[in-house]
Amino acid sequence: MDNTAVASVRVLAPAGMLGAGFPDLTIERGLELGADVISVDGGSTDSGPHYLGSSQPKTTRAAVARDLRVLLKAAARADIPLIVGSCGTSGTDNGVDWVAGIVADLLAEEGLDLRVARIYSEQDAGRLKERLAAGHIRPLPPMGELRPETLDDCTHIVGMMGHEPIVAALEAGAQVVLAGRATDTAVAAAYPLMKGMPAGPTWHASKIVECGGQCTSNPREGGVLATIDAGGFTIEPLHPEVSCTPISVAAHMLYETVNPFRMREPDGTLDVAEATYTALDDRRVRVEGSRFHVAEQHTVKLEGARITGYQTMSFSAVRDPHILAHIEDWAALLREVLTERVEQTLGLGADSYAFDVRLYGHNAVLGENDPAQGPPREVGVMLLVNAPDQATATAVAKIANPLMLHLPTRDMDHLPSLAFATSPAETERGPAYEFVLHHAVDSITPTDMFRIEIEESAHHG
Amino acid sequence: MAEKGPTTLADLSLEVRSKNAGPFWVTMELFLRDAEAYRIAADEAFLDERTIARLYGVDPDGVQIFRIPALNVVKISFPRPVSQASLRDRDVHSGQHHVPLAALPVPSV
Repeated sequence: MDNTAVASVRVLAPAGMLGAGFPDLTIERGLELGADVISVDGGSTDSGPHYLGSSQPKTTRAAVARDLRVLLKAAARADIPLIVGSCGTSGTDNGVDWVAGIVADLLAEEGLDLRVARIYSEQDAGRLKERLAAGHIRPLPPMGELRPETLDDCTHIVGMMGHEPIVAALEAGAQVVLAGRATDTAVAAAYPLMKGMPAGPTWHASKIVECGGQCTSNPREGGVLATIDAGGFTIEPLHPEVSCTPISVAAHMLYETVNPFRMREPDGTLDVAEATYTALDDRRVRVEGSRFHVAEQHTVKLEGARITGYQTMSFSAVRDPHILAHIEDWAALLREVLTERVEQTLGLGADSYAFDVRLYGHNAVLGENDPAQGPPREVGVMLLVNAPDQATATAVAKIANPLMLHLPTRDMDHLPSLAFATSPAETERGPAYEFVLHHAVDSITPTDMFRIEIEESAHHG
Repeated sequence: MAEKGPTTLADLSLEVRSKNAGPFWVTMELFLRDAEAYRIAADEAFLDERTIARLYGVDPDGVQIFRIPALNVVKISFPRPVSQASLRDRDVHSGQHHVPLAALPVPSV
């Protein structure tokens, strides 16, 4: 990769998530504006621990392939790198290989010859236990100290890379970089940092573009272009009819952040407390004054998920006004009778499985914190059972079946028949996971926890 | 339009929203309508860590509040009280947890 100094770097951020889609004209527009690199995030923890725990993508292959086809052709035509972070949603090795397989098929179909790098971020529990024992892993709020058994319990552990492994892959000649778990910002920051752009504006711009068009007046009409230079950065929507305003750009620092002024990266901390946002015209915003404080110790954040049990779900519904008027009592009776029947039939005490009864339409979402009062018109009753194995979870849900069909309130003298949504009523959900790691490892070097593999195509041999 | 009941934070805001901030935190923002609405919502005597703790049943020591007059925004973050997507989690993205905050009545002026 050409590493000569430049005055500015233009980062094309096509979408907040690979597979989310974008108008193809916005990519054309980005190339016309002189994009130097295309950066897109391929993952997130936002949809829960299942995707890391099971190492399965949230996005469907066809949607990822559609976006990648447009981006690979654009990158090849403009001769600029394409960087994808957190491949396969969670950034596991399997996720990187899944995206790499799609890329290989597309390159063959389109007759393109691009050098592809894979960066693996999955971590070995044994190696991490050594680092823990040596005092090099610390909890991040609100977590407590890490126990070594927790590492063993995880089905998958990833480390969140910063820009450094991506820069290493680009410097080794990669034209397409498929990264495992990476910070959302590192995906966009890597190329500008490699080209010598200042850290403050680069990391700040990277945070602003990480959700594509979220910082614009119309997030559904494609992404943005960030132009980073020595004094700051300028942000511009790719769609000509969409605009950025100082408020829309500044407000994006609030999105999904705990602290809107300071964000920790592996290499240090972005500080935007003194940043200024100025309208250049009615759709472009100039940002200056962003700072980056390099940390004394480079750190890599860990993510890990473990299996908590196996789940079975059942769903019925109540429309009868009498039951609805006493819905809390009815649910209490359901819990009571189900617990008794499970003890009586399966011989299981309440401590060897767990279930949740959720009253959708009443207070399922907010529970006791719900500020609203009053009887609902109808209520969906979801039963979610968690047990050490799938057969037990399903057995409990099946024992609940006649209750979710016929349970009356305590004062009724007949058996109602309630409204099951499906037949069979029970759905086996497989293993259930939880995130258990939110800890930082003191890195030995910024790249040593990540493995880079670069495919040599025939033409590059 | 005639409105019933007391004026709430939702009435003073362009938008009230909530979302995960990583798997272990929830964050919410009040985008206040104007500087006057901001002044009311940013008043610590009205809205502080204890108010949030009471609304959400969480420890006040874990609550962080950021008051940003340049944007007319009050932002609130606290550790997620229930592990994401666990058996007791009813809002995987924490996207509906703004409602108790939005429904909070503001002091009459």
